[in-house]
Amino acid sequence: MSAVLRTEGLSRSWGALQAVKEVSFALQAGARHALIGPNGAGKTTLVNLLTGTVPPQAGNVFLDGDRITHLPQHLRVKRGMTRTFQITTLFPGLTVLESVLLAICERKGLGASWWRPVARHAAEIDEARRVVRDLQLEAEADVPTRSLPYGKQRLLEIAVALASRPRVLLLDEPAAGIPVSESAEVFGVLASLPRDVTILFIEHDMNLVFRFAERITVLVEGSILVEGTPQEIAADARVREVYLGEGSHG
Amino acid sequence: MFTSLPGVLFDGVAYGSLLFLMSIGLSVTMGLMRFINLAHGAFAMLGGYVCVVGMARLGVPFLATLPLAFLAAAAAGAVLERALYRRLYRRGPLDQVLFSLGLTLMSVAGATYVWGSGQQPMHLPGFLLGQVRVLGVDLGIYRLFLVALVATITAALVLLVRRTRFGARLRASVDDAQASAGLGIDVTRVFSVTFALGSGLAGLGGALAIDVLGLDPTFPLKYLVYFLLVVVVGGAGSIAGTLAASLLLGLFDVSGKYYVPAAGAFVIYALMVVLLLLFPGGLRRGAR
Amino acid sequence: MSGFAAVRLPDARWHPAEVAFWVALAAAPFVFPGHLVLGSQVLITGLFALSLDLILGYAGIVSLGHAAMFGAGAYTAGLLARHGWGEPLSGLAAAAVAGAAIAWATSFIAVRGGDLTRLMVTLGIGLMLYEAANQAARVTGGVDGLSDMAVRDLLGVFPFDLAGRTAYVYSFAVLFAVFLVCRRIVRSPFGLSLRGIRDGARRMPALGSPVRRRLIAIYSVSGAIAGIAGALLAQTTQFVGLEVLGFARSADLLVMLVLGGAGWLYGGLIGAALFMVAQNQLSSMNPVYWQFWLGLLLVAMVFVARGGVVGAIGLARERILGRAAR
Repeated sequence: MSAVLRTEGLSRSWGALQAVKEVSFALQAGARHALIGPNGAGKTTLVNLLTGTVPPQAGNVFLDGDRITHLPQHLRVKRGMTRTFQITTLFPGLTVLESVLLAICERKGLGASWWRPVARHAAEIDEARRVVRDLQLEAEADVPTRSLPYGKQRLLEIAVALASRPRVLLLDEPAAGIPVSESAEVFGVLASLPRDVTILFIEHDMNLVFRFAERITVLVEGSILVEGTPQEIAADARVREVYLGEGSHG
Repeated sequence: MFTSLPGVLFDGVAYGSLLFLMSIGLSVTMGLMRFINLAHGAFAMLGGYVCVVGMARLGVPFLATLPLAFLAAAAAGAVLERALYRRLYRRGPLDQVLFSLGLTLMSVAGATYVWGSGQQPMHLPGFLLGQVRVLGVDLGIYRLFLVALVATITAALVLLVRRTRFGARLRASVDDAQASAGLGIDVTRVFSVTFALGSGLAGLGGALAIDVLGLDPTFPLKYLVYFLLVVVVGGAGSIAGTLAASLLLGLFDVSGKYYVPAAGAFVIYALMVVLLLLFPGGLRRGAR
Repeated sequence: MSGFAAVRLPDARWHPAEVAFWVALAAAPFVFPGHLVLGSQVLITGLFALSLDLILGYAGIVSLGHAAMFGAGAYTAGLLARHGWGEPLSGLAAAAVAGAAIAWATSFIAVRGGDLTRLMVTLGIGLMLYEAANQAARVTGGVDGLSDMAVRDLLGVFPFDLAGRTAYVYSFAVLFAVFLVCRRIVRSPFGLSLRGIRDGARRMPALGSPVRRRLIAIYSVSGAIAGIAGALLAQTTQFVGLEVLGFARSADLLVMLVLGGAGWLYGGLIGAALFMVAQNQLSSMNPVYWQFWLGLLLVAMVFVARGGVVGAIGLARERILGRAAR
């Protein structure tokens, strides 16, 4: 198995605060990999560095062996790496279906097509309907995003990312804000994704992490504390110390 | 030609000082509330008219009208901030532009209605007229007065911001209003006081500017671009940046008009575009 | 499966109200033969407002200097006509190129930077061009304006008459043609991506969208249309004054578009009509009154419209016209 996404000595600080300290990390193809750690550990910053939202101050990022450290975000997406955001980042004025359709059109390079109306792109509409159905947003397909309840917005957040048909999917707290009863469903959708999609997700709910992840990396204060299988992590004394000291997260 | 250079430079510094006084309020409120206030010039205009009315109708001596101009503009700022501006801080830039544009139009129309559309005549007191020879260069006394006054006020502002508790609260709020509120700082109060202070300084600047720039109801619109220019180039929220930008602008404008009169105001706008290309975040943030 | 059947996506269908609107405009020469000069001015300003709607209503760019492209088009057509090339349609094409060129050249700064920088850049470019035209008085006529234009007959057949009939039909035809193109653009996937940029600029790169390239494209198209509007003004009035580049023109345009509602193409047209008719009536009484009440209207609009001016007008509009208004 080869590392589809890899970093070497990646670092990023904000003023005096070192958010990510020389992180060298490898994500294997087809992985179901969780990134956990206490608040402020640098998890979101790491994802930002991987996706190009934020530039690193040192180190490199490699996708399929190619150095993409300074590649703009939208070009990384073109190479198959997509993400979701911890704070819902969607399009208030667009409906659910329009949002998903937008992602599909961008993926297929139709974003520059200016003559044919959206409604006449039958193939793309069909695909959008399928994605919407898969994430159980059918009933809200025609609702503008700003009118959606928060839980549904989180689902749309994922739907839009999936519509890009990523090979590498980075999820930043996908289940945040979704009622516990429904969050299992969300992860069910993620679990049903084929193995040619590699998944890295940040999550605080340990039940979900241990149910879904096959490999876990623990990030503390910007550095990797330990990495291993769920059993190894659960048994690791240092991890327990970090979490016991912090208390439990909701 | 170059024998007049020191004179031209001094004029530029004087003009820049005036711009600084009028723009500093805008810079700080833009850095603090992130509010695009196109009506800032109206407060300067108010100060100007208070000065003129004070001198012509009430016989108040020029120097005494200055604090009056400051207070009138500061009061107007405080009232408007409380009543109107405060409700719009969360709105998008379009709403802010429309609102402040509307206020500007109302103030221009109001000034025209009350005082007519002509230039307001103003006569400086005798002791501020004329020139004085300093190190072989003839400098206008009024401009010397301007530079000295603005330098004093700038020093006072820096002291206010660096040494007082209010200044600390202001700096914290500019850095991060949300975090500051979380720390117990009454951010609303900081906003109001800052807005009033900034408007007051603009009013003072407006009164001082009558002799240099003239005063008519179109003042807010005429000089709007200069104020915005100074703020954008200097970096909103930065005293040092605003000062640097004002002086730079003043020097270029005066030198441009003196040495290349055919180009007129073109030089300034071209300079602005160039500076924005090189420093998209303002001089304070440095080059990208 | 009720959800999907009711979904509406942007398509090319015409709402009956739209058809009625255009028929009414086309019928104006027969119904109001005496007001055609004002009529063409309204159409031309409407076209100008349409160009701003593309960037403001659909891409979210607030511009205080759109007159730069308008004026560039006006002077291009005017200068061509003055110096021997009076053919209107080719003058129109040249103006479109001029407007697009200026927009394209300035788009690089305009699409970077935050809201304030953008505002400043658009404002600054407008002022720069105004000053440049002012200084180049030998070429542009400066404050006195450009006149002595010999505009040839439209299509070689229709002279520009004093009653303004040819001017009206000409302006209407150009407006309608451009409108059809804009309508297609905003209802296409490209239009959808513009709305995406307006609503969620942070998410767009995460969709693989080259945001800057899209903005530069729509900004240039908008510039071309503004240039065309300027050329129409020059050709129909046979005069170009400095104010075509002025801040007042840019500011008025912004107000017009917001009045009618940005983001649905008709807003610019309706706003232009309302604004110009009102200005015509009120300004003749006392220009100060017009200015004051306009300012008050702007302030009131901002406060009464919760969630923003565009949002409130949009909500009202949706209730009246239904979903087709999107």
